[in-house]
Amino acid sequence: MDFDYEVLIVGAGGAGLYAALEASRTGKTAVLTKVYPQRSHTGAAQGGIGAALGNVEEDKPEWHAFDTVKGGDYLVDQNAALILADDAVRAVYDLENRGLPFSRTEEGKIDQRRFGGHTRNFGEGPVRRACYAADRTGHMILQTLYQQCIKNEVAFYDEFFVLDIMMDGDTPTGLIVFELATGKVRTFRAKVILFATGGFGRMFKITSNAYSNTGDGPAILARNGIPLMDMEFFQIHPTGIRDMGILITEGVRGEGGILYNSQGEAFMKRYAPTMLDLAPRDMISRAIMTEIFEGRGIKGNRKIDDYVYLDASHLGRKKVEEKIPDIAEFCRTYLDVDPADAPMPVQPTAHYAMGGIPTNIDGQVWTGEKQYMGLYAAGECACVSVHGANRLGTNSLVDLVVFGRRAGQHIAEYVKDAPTGQADSDKAAWWEDRIEKLKSSRGNHPGEIFDSMQETMMGKVGVYRTGSEMEKAVKSLQDLRLAYENVSVHAKAENFNAEVQTVLELGNLLDLALHTAASALNREESRGAHSRDDFPERNDEDWLKHSLSTLKENKVTFRYRAVDVHKWEPKPRVY
Amino acid sequence: MKVELKIFRFNPETDKKSRFDTYKVDAEPTDRVLDSLMHVYRNEDGSLAFRKSCAHGVCGSDAMRINGKERLACKTLIQDVADAEGDTILIEPLRHMTVQKDLMVDQSEFLERFKKVSPFLIPLEEAPEKGEYIQSQIQRDAIDDATKCINCGACYSACPILETNPDFLGPAALVHASRFIYDSRDKGLDTRLEILDQPNGVWACDSHFECTRVCPRGIKITKLINMTKREIKKRKGE
Repeated sequence: MDFDYEVLIVGAGGAGLYAALEASRTGKTAVLTKVYPQRSHTGAAQGGIGAALGNVEEDKPEWHAFDTVKGGDYLVDQNAALILADDAVRAVYDLENRGLPFSRTEEGKIDQRRFGGHTRNFGEGPVRRACYAADRTGHMILQTLYQQCIKNEVAFYDEFFVLDIMMDGDTPTGLIVFELATGKVRTFRAKVILFATGGFGRMFKITSNAYSNTGDGPAILARNGIPLMDMEFFQIHPTGIRDMGILITEGVRGEGGILYNSQGEAFMKRYAPTMLDLAPRDMISRAIMTEIFEGRGIKGNRKIDDYVYLDASHLGRKKVEEKIPDIAEFCRTYLDVDPADAPMPVQPTAHYAMGGIPTNIDGQVWTGEKQYMGLYAAGECACVSVHGANRLGTNSLVDLVVFGRRAGQHIAEYVKDAPTGQADSDKAAWWEDRIEKLKSSRGNHPGEIFDSMQETMMGKVGVYRTGSEMEKAVKSLQDLRLAYENVSVHAKAENFNAEVQTVLELGNLLDLALHTAASALNREESRGAHSRDDFPERNDEDWLKHSLSTLKENKVTFRYRAVDVHKWEPKPRVY
Repeated sequence: MKVELKIFRFNPETDKKSRFDTYKVDAEPTDRVLDSLMHVYRNEDGSLAFRKSCAHGVCGSDAMRINGKERLACKTLIQDVADAEGDTILIEPLRHMTVQKDLMVDQSEFLERFKKVSPFLIPLEEAPEKGEYIQSQIQRDAIDDATKCINCGACYSACPILETNPDFLGPAALVHASRFIYDSRDKGLDTRLEILDQPNGVWACDSHFECTRVCPRGIKITKLINMTKREIKKRKGE
């Protein structure tokens, strides 16, 4: 073994850093990250973190939990949602106490604003629940947690790309890692491993996700026989900057921004009469696509590349500069549009993976049948499940701080008596060989496969889905995975050979794309972000269950896990 | 439009000296420079080394010099740096950091200097038992500009002082020092004084404003450094 630790955290976003802070109190801990920690994608989260502090109007964690359950179209595990909402309050105070510069109320408390699907008294009307730091809340969470890691001298391995996990039966014993600087395959020993590798939106053509969001954690575990949960549910955020997908936070609508079609109509009144532009994301994405397909997009071409307007100009320049300064700058940089003067052209953009590695409320990997000791996941790569079929705005930051922290706390206890397994060292040799073959073979550049995967997913497994199109998507992805076997790495250098990493990331994305498309084809109903025109209704009788997908020999098979609905009975979801 | 990317290439492990490679690419005027780099990387030359991640100017990975100025490749549109068909865009790595390969530079020393200013809250008083520290909107505004910093290193590369005095702490670290000095919840200068009040600390800065000019987040860096200087003088009763 090259390195010896007790706890390894993979990923240095919010979930990984919070877990590292907690776990390092008792266990010898290292964080492995493929980018520098301050570059993690948590830093791109804009609008806010939901917590029922009640700083500006009455609010209760129970209302937050209910909104989460209803927002997720009742596929949320309700005990997990209650914990999410309760712990959110503690986590937000903890972050503030550690230095996070939240925006403030006139009394000097943490300020709160409206967000989609956040309601008072079980759906009566909007409530101000999103705590925020201008429109760079995620940036400030990431910075604050990284600062605390510096203060507590957490060990970091920057630009170490994890290739595989070593197991002794069902117990993790270490990791196989590609060190970018040297090109060497390294081995790390540990008793506890937590994956916090974030999302995988890069499987879609239009996405708000970073280039680094390639789903390495779920792909690695899936290849090692652990099923992935609810992969069919991928959130398409309604307001990405046209053509680019760069996110325009829901906070814009929380502050009063309104969506318009080509006829100047504020169309959300026809889709969500109570919540209007603050309806949940899946509903707004569908509303926008319906407007576009019925010819009321701005271009009016009824095609997927059309767009609508999001107008914030009536808020006035002062509020725009104060509440959404980064958004204003994005629009000026990329669109030559000043949102204080003119509406912003927006279209839905792939944003968030609701599914991922199945865990319990302490971040332990748990399939419903089997619990893995010493193996954890948290953040977007995990599926607790608190997002169900559709995640509410701000709940991604809530999820990663709440469950990153809880997993870290659980690890801190568990590691004290954790067993040491026998590491499987043959795997390192296998990976060395695999990388050598990638470099010595003469195959194609990966560009075409990337493009083809992203177009397939966007066009066939996007906002609206149909059985026949998804069948084509599954077939295409299977073909792409075969074609991928002929991709090679053209750069031969040992040091900083990022092409090796890129090609392996593509392999991870292709696996997860196939899980996603096959899971979507398998679920014959419409629920949350999964909307099929051949099965337009939610079907609780047959489908109120989590799906668990396994990919083997280019085919995906399914098992299921019950949903915890102990508190609120599923009801029709209207806003 | 068609443009040429003229890109700095150097692999210290195999090359005796650096060179420039030129790639012809098709681009929309509103494409990002990063889009063109990605196109070259994925479809033409996988050996080209550069960092990138979020692709919209908030992660700080892809700071580099474009036409001689420090910028983020993902926040720079082709039309910002090329006017006409066939124009050449010059792309080089950041300065004052060792080139690891092509456009990738070694950031470890840069990050060590950031860590030297104790870039974390050192609380003035014990945290409230339940709830938040009270901080007024005015107190919060005092740190707003500095909290925008993403540590991309553009200011560090542009700083003329670092050319002659490589031991200068550098503008980015001073921005983070200022972020805490002016936080009403923090003890401010006390622990940071030792590192800041040095010839290579805040006093090395001569207010050339290059850092402010290139900051992709629009932070008024020179102003923050000068405020810190004033705060130190005040503390020492000068």
